Amino acid sequence: MSGKPRLTYLNGRGRMESIRWLLAAAGVEFEEVFLQTKEQYDKLIKDGLLLFQQVPLVEIDGMKMVQTRAILSYIAGKYNLHGKDLKERALIDMYVEGIADLMQMILMFPFSPPDAKEKNLDSIKDRATNRYFPVFEKVLKQHGQDFLVGNKFSWADVQLIEAILAVEEKIPTVLSGFPQLQAFKTKMSNMPTIKKFLQPGSPRKPPPDDHYVETVMKVFKR
Amino acid sequence: MSRKPKLYYFNGRGKMESIRWLLAAAGVEFEEEFLETREQYEKFLQDGSLLFQQVPMVEMDGMRMVQTRAILSYIAGKYNLHGKDLKERALIDMYVGGTDDLMGFIMMFPFFSAEDKEKQRAIIVQKATSRYFPAYEKVLKDHGQDFLVGNNFSWADVHLLEAILMVEEKKSDVLSGFPQLQAFKARISTIPTIKKFLEPGSQRKPVPDDKYVETVRRVLRMYYDLKVN
Repeated sequence: MSGKPRLTYLNGRGRMESIRWLLAAAGVEFEEVFLQTKEQYDKLIKDGLLLFQQVPLVEIDGMKMVQTRAILSYIAGKYNLHGKDLKERALIDMYVEGIADLMQMILMFPFSPPDAKEKNLDSIKDRATNRYFPVFEKVLKQHGQDFLVGNKFSWADVQLIEAILAVEEKIPTVLSGFPQLQAFKTKMSNMPTIKKFLQPGSPRKPPPDDHYVETVMKVFKR
Repeated sequence: MSRKPKLYYFNGRGKMESIRWLLAAAGVEFEEEFLETREQYEKFLQDGSLLFQQVPMVEMDGMRMVQTRAILSYIAGKYNLHGKDLKERALIDMYVGGTDDLMGFIMMFPFFSAEDKEKQRAIIVQKATSRYFPAYEKVLKDHGQDFLVGNNFSWADVHLLEAILMVEEKKSDVLSGFPQLQAFKARISTIPTIKKFLEPGSQRKPVPDDKYVETVRRVLRMYYDLKVN
C-alpha cells in the first residue's frame, strides 16, 4: 500500500487528464487503473465505488472521490494551488471554469459524427481565439506577472497551459495573435514539474484516437 | 457602504436559479437586473462586463463574477456553507456536482422540441431515481444526520432541495421510493431562510414558460433546438 493517489479511468485523456496535469504540476506521484472492459466498469459500480456510477474516480486521503471539479478543487486546495484567500480562489475558479468550457469542446470532438467534425473544429478555433484566449492574454498583459492570479503559480496556470497545448494540437497556429500566451506557454513548459510531465514516459496521455473512442463506447455501453 | 449583490440574468431560472437559492438560504438580500433585449446584451458585451461574454454575472464585493460554479463556491465560502475543512469541502463539492448534473438535464428541457421533451422527461426521471436520489438517500441513511455533510447546514443541502423540487415538478411522486429524502425535503423546507424563499413574492423564479424560452432565444440568438443525448 503506497498512499499515493490512485486514478481509475480509461487509458486516455478524457475527464481525467486535467487531474493528471494538476497532480503532476504539484509534484505528486500517482497510480493508475485503466478501464478496458464493460465488466470492469460494472464491477466498480456493483462494489459501490462510484458515487454516481461514473468515472473519474480518484482514491486519495481515504476518500473515493468522483466529480472532476471536486477532485481538482481538493488537489488544488491541498497543494496550495487555489489562491491565498477567498477572492483569489474566486478568480482562479472563474478562469478554470472558462477554460473547462473550452476543454469540453475538445473532449467531445472525437465523438462527433464525421460530417460534423469540420464544423466542430471551426467552433473550437472560434471560441479559443475570440472568447477564451483574448481574456487570458489581457489578464497577463494588464498585470505583467508570470502567473494568472496573485503572482503565484496556481491551478489556473496549469489548466491554461493544458488547454493551450490541446488546442494547438488541433490548430497549430492558434497562438499567433497572442504574444503574452506564447511567453506564458514557454514559461510554464519550463517549470520543473511541468517539464517532466511533458517528457515522454510521463503519465500524460496522447490525443484520443479511434481505439480510445472504441474503448469508451464499449466500456460505457448500456 | 455595503451594497447588495446584483444579479444579471434573464427573468427566469436557468443557470442563475441555484445562485438565487444559495444567497436566499444564506439570508443575503440581492438585487436583480433582467436581460430582455439583444441590445442590452450587446451593451454588456461592449462594456466588458462579461468576462467570457456570458451570463450569469453577479456583481459582489467589488467583483464582476461569472461562471456559475465559481460564483456559488464564493458565496458558499463567504457564508460558511462550504464545510469546516478541505475534506468536508470535497464532500460538498462531490454532492453538488451530482445535483448539478441532474439539474443540467432539467435546465435544457425547455429548449427541446415537443417530441424530444417527452424523451427528456423520461431521462430526467430515470437519472433521478436510479442514479442521483439513491446516492443521497444512502448518505442520509448511513449517518442518520439532518444534513448531508458534517452535521451542519451547507451548500449541498440547498442544492439538493432545489434539485428535488425541480424533479418533482416533472413527476410529482418521484420521491415515493425515498423516505430519507422525503424527510430531508420536509426538514430543509422549514429552515427560516428557505421557507421564506419558498413563499410567493420571493425572488424564486417559476418553471420556465414559452415567454422565457423566447427571451433567451432572442437575446442570445439561440434559434436551434437542443437535442436529446
